[in-house]
Amino acid sequence: MVNGIIGKKLGMTQIFAPDGTVTPVTVIKAGPCVVVQRKTVSNDGYEAVQLGLVEDKSPRKINKPMKGHFEKAGLPPTRILREFRLEDATDEVKVGDKILVDLFAENDVIEVIGTSKGRGFAGFVKRHGFGGGRASHGSMFHRAPGSIGASAYPSRVIKGTRMAGHMGVERKTIKNLKVVRVNTEENLLLIKGSVPGPTGAYVLIKKRQTD
Amino acid sequence: MNNLDSLNSASLRSDIPDFIPGDTIRVHVRIKEGENKERLQAFEGVVIARRGSGVGETITVRKTSFGVGVERIFPLHATIVDHIQVVKRGRVRRAKLYYLRALRGKAARIRERDTRQHAAAAGANK
Repeated sequence: MVNGIIGKKLGMTQIFAPDGTVTPVTVIKAGPCVVVQRKTVSNDGYEAVQLGLVEDKSPRKINKPMKGHFEKAGLPPTRILREFRLEDATDEVKVGDKILVDLFAENDVIEVIGTSKGRGFAGFVKRHGFGGGRASHGSMFHRAPGSIGASAYPSRVIKGTRMAGHMGVERKTIKNLKVVRVNTEENLLLIKGSVPGPTGAYVLIKKRQTD
Repeated sequence: MNNLDSLNSASLRSDIPDFIPGDTIRVHVRIKEGENKERLQAFEGVVIARRGSGVGETITVRKTSFGVGVERIFPLHATIVDHIQVVKRGRVRRAKLYYLRALRGKAARIRERDTRQHAAAAGANK
């Protein structure tokens, strides 16, 4: 069994349960995906499937290597290709197989992988959650980092010291998210809580790893 | 198509009366008692704010209970709200009536809105 699917974040909304509770959900258009390539230990050194996300529009331009890749699979090209590891080498997954959102059921625990929103060059307070200094009483120390190390020893800044810098646009995994609803007709997946990335971003949705 | 409208329209309700900040309304809230018992509790007060749009819209209702100001924020489209009654129309010049929090007694009254002309116009249109 393929344990994941590719999706597109459509945004967030609220779900009202009959008992009066309100649940914040992220709506993801998950799939339909198609198996473009099957990677095997003998050929590639590991077991995996390469999935393509089938969207309304096929990409207008694709380069020659990709064209060949899709022709080999005998499938129309897709914009997004992602790999999912297979646990079981004997898995009966063939090229051209469809992976749909019915992979998931309500109350399933999943993890979502996405690229976080870019924050640009962010300061200490935003990037690392530092407290910053006093705002008033003439403190003259507002959002500055403070000490970044001792003088005589080590008399240098330790590597990895948390400082200001580029924030966001990183691959982030959010674990233990819960599926609230699965809509197999429109390939929608409603997940409780937020997932990384802006609306329109592509995300990977995986079943919880059982170890 | 990357639109949540179709999804949201299912939970949007159409039975919400027309009201604006300044109006006095009675919100009938579903209260759960025990396993299978449910009853309605009314919360009557002045709408001091309406914020958001679509399914996420909320209203803030303020009342004075035994001399203590009580405010409740209701998600307008949530199932916890059974129904809403408009008790009185108020005339105010703000969209957010947070200034009422600082006022009490006579000063916190709201003038009633004359809706006769409005009602007549609505009737003529029909």
